[in-house]
Amino acid sequence: MYDFIRALLIAIKEIFKSKKTINYPFEKGKISPRYRGEHALRRYPNGEERCIACKLCEAVCPAQAITIESKEREDGSRKTTRYDIDMLKCIYCGLCEESCPVDAIVQGPNFEFATETREELYYTKDKLLENGDRWESVLAANIKADSPHR
Amino acid sequence: MLKVKVNNKEVQVEEGLTVLQACEKAGAEIPRFCYHEKLSIAGNCRMCLVEIEKSRKPVASCAMPVSEGMNIKTNTELVEKARKGVMEFLLVNHPLDCPVCDQGGECDLQDQSMFYGIDKTRYKENKRYVPEKYMGPLIKTHMTRCIHCTRCIRFATEIAGVEELGAIGRGEDMQITTYLEKTMESELSANVIDLCPVGALTSKPYVFEARPWELKKTESVDVMDAVGSNIRIDTYGWEVKRVLPKINEDINEEWISDKTRYACDGLKNQRLDTPFFKKNGKFEKIEWKDALDILKKKIDVTSPNKIAGFTGDLTNMETSYSAKELFGKVFKSPHLESRTKNNFIDIEKRQNYIFNSKIKGIDKSDLIILIGTNPRYEATMLNARIRKTYKKNKSKIYSFNNLGDLTYPYEILNNSTSEIKKIFENNHKISKEIVNAKYPIIILGHEILNLQSAKFIFEGFQSFLKDNNKINENWNSLNILNLNASSVGSYDLQVLSNNNDTLHKLKSNFFDVIFLFGQDDLIFNKKNEFVIYIGSHGDRGAEIADLILPGAAFTEQDGHYTNLDGELQMAFKASYPPGKAKEDWQIINSISQIMSEKNLFDNKKDLINSMISYLNSNKKNSFSSLFKKEFVDEKISVYPIDYYYSNVIARSSKTMMECRNLRKRVNKTGTEG
Repeated sequence: MYDFIRALLIAIKEIFKSKKTINYPFEKGKISPRYRGEHALRRYPNGEERCIACKLCEAVCPAQAITIESKEREDGSRKTTRYDIDMLKCIYCGLCEESCPVDAIVQGPNFEFATETREELYYTKDKLLENGDRWESVLAANIKADSPHR
Repeated sequence: MLKVKVNNKEVQVEEGLTVLQACEKAGAEIPRFCYHEKLSIAGNCRMCLVEIEKSRKPVASCAMPVSEGMNIKTNTELVEKARKGVMEFLLVNHPLDCPVCDQGGECDLQDQSMFYGIDKTRYKENKRYVPEKYMGPLIKTHMTRCIHCTRCIRFATEIAGVEELGAIGRGEDMQITTYLEKTMESELSANVIDLCPVGALTSKPYVFEARPWELKKTESVDVMDAVGSNIRIDTYGWEVKRVLPKINEDINEEWISDKTRYACDGLKNQRLDTPFFKKNGKFEKIEWKDALDILKKKIDVTSPNKIAGFTGDLTNMETSYSAKELFGKVFKSPHLESRTKNNFIDIEKRQNYIFNSKIKGIDKSDLIILIGTNPRYEATMLNARIRKTYKKNKSKIYSFNNLGDLTYPYEILNNSTSEIKKIFENNHKISKEIVNAKYPIIILGHEILNLQSAKFIFEGFQSFLKDNNKINENWNSLNILNLNASSVGSYDLQVLSNNNDTLHKLKSNFFDVIFLFGQDDLIFNKKNEFVIYIGSHGDRGAEIADLILPGAAFTEQDGHYTNLDGELQMAFKASYPPGKAKEDWQIINSISQIMSEKNLFDNKKDLINSMISYLNSNKKNSFSSLFKKEFVDEKISVYPIDYYYSNVIARSSKTMMECRNLRKRVNKTGTEG
């Protein structure tokens, strides 16, 4: 009997509290700066791509979702000629971001990238750089916010 | 033998070893940068510090000889602290650019800093910067990364024999340089890349191509010359990314020549990946089935003795053997030939066509006579051995030709066959030297075998040496230096025309159908012959062909090669043939299938078993009786071989082309000395 009354009291209390559910597509929950969402390749402020093809992310990736090919660019710098992520293989563990020495590959706050075909989820270098350009302000802010803890 | 203690473990070591070697014998690993087994001791990196009882300070173990009763400790706190200190100093000026460094993943400094490095820097001053140095098309430099171990300098002066690399400045201002910012004039130059413990010297053609951990490693054999250096082929997917040496003390020690290392990009260019048929002077792509039909039609109307076959310089023994079976069993033609010139060869006994003293045997020889050969370009690794024995034993070296710089001094003799005749008639000053020498080595090049008096010279030498007990069970001082990777294997399999007339008939346009199994070096005027080229690259052979059947290169099929020592070695499959190309033996098998509706071999294993049993049966008929034994007073000439351009793979390689251009231009200036 005591349990019943207690449950009822809790229910009544909850009626007067604010709603927990959100109206999803129009409202979104709070996302931590460390959130591991869709990948992006970042650039330096001068437009130069950050990735130097060190291939550490490729090596560390437990799902082997990353494929990189590299060559010397005309100016002699080390750059990728191919940077593919198979988003279907990816397990969103964040090790690629952690291993990157130049903060090039990052996992941004975007989680809404569902597609209708599988092919669209094989991300290429262009797609990843485009993601980076689109999200750069958020990504930079997130990295800054997280920096004291790294 | 000396008794020493390493970490309280007693070991017995030979006298004259260093403390580092003694520790290694006891199983204690010592970190090192400057020490290398094959080079002299420098003792300048100080990484190999160990503690020795009764010594007040830690001792550099690489430079300290062991003595009786030493008590060596390699795992004490003092040692650890000393090594950490050394490592910190090494890292003071070493840039933190591992992510962009090609050495990353196989870097000695990176590995050892995992054990002895400290994760924080106490160094606040500016780091050193050293301007880049130009070292030619093979070596990329990044001298800021250099830790001054001087391995490269020691290699260049001691083993390569070119004193072109050195250090200028002292202390922090020390710089490794080629002085004049030019290419190293050596065929072994790229070995400094393997020697460099950091990323200061890296491979230019391989720059930023791949990481060591993502490459598939296959152990194989080199086919650029007859030495058969042991190599490791690193592949990424289909592409051969690089070739590295594999240690084999009997053949190439730890080194390989630049051609071996860098011709591999030729495997990507000029490849034949589909059958071609020449119609109205133009090649058209066709299917395999059509190609074989054309072949069948042509052969059906040709009489057997009008069919000839030629195996090439890179052909493996499996291909040679299946071609032999094809010609013997299916075509029933006696005209299968592995040579390009009618040079003298006596295949009755194996010792008549191999390098009997063995490459390893050069180490102990005290007299070397080069006749009609330039080992520097014909067998680079063998030349390095000769230099080694010159350095060690001060061996006397004679040559019948002026060969230019061989990296060691040699005395030039009058280059005529009458001079050779004098030697084995025992009235030449060298005759006496040969008799007195303990381990003399006489190297006959292929130019000698092309002479009219080849048989006379060979057999004359043989009997002279036998009379003086220089050919016996323990030592055979008469050597033939073969040029091609396939030579000895072909002789073992007796891929020679029965009557020694094939090449002669080829010149007189006797044949109707000619098979070229990767043979690109035949010189003849094509008239009405139908030429079928079976090979990997579109080169001279494919150009004159009417039908091209795409085959595999040496990295794309398992194949045996016998090197000039007579050592049977296997080149393993590292990659696969491109496009519609097939392995050579499969092509020959399908030719047999279409001609006689019977496969020659059920599978590769069957082929290899059959080949090995043929080799063991050793049924060889006398071939030398086809040559006249006569003496003609001739000049011995050594034609300069185009080192960077000597086979199809090298000819298709951009890197080799660059090297060749550079060499040629240097020669033109007339300042090369």
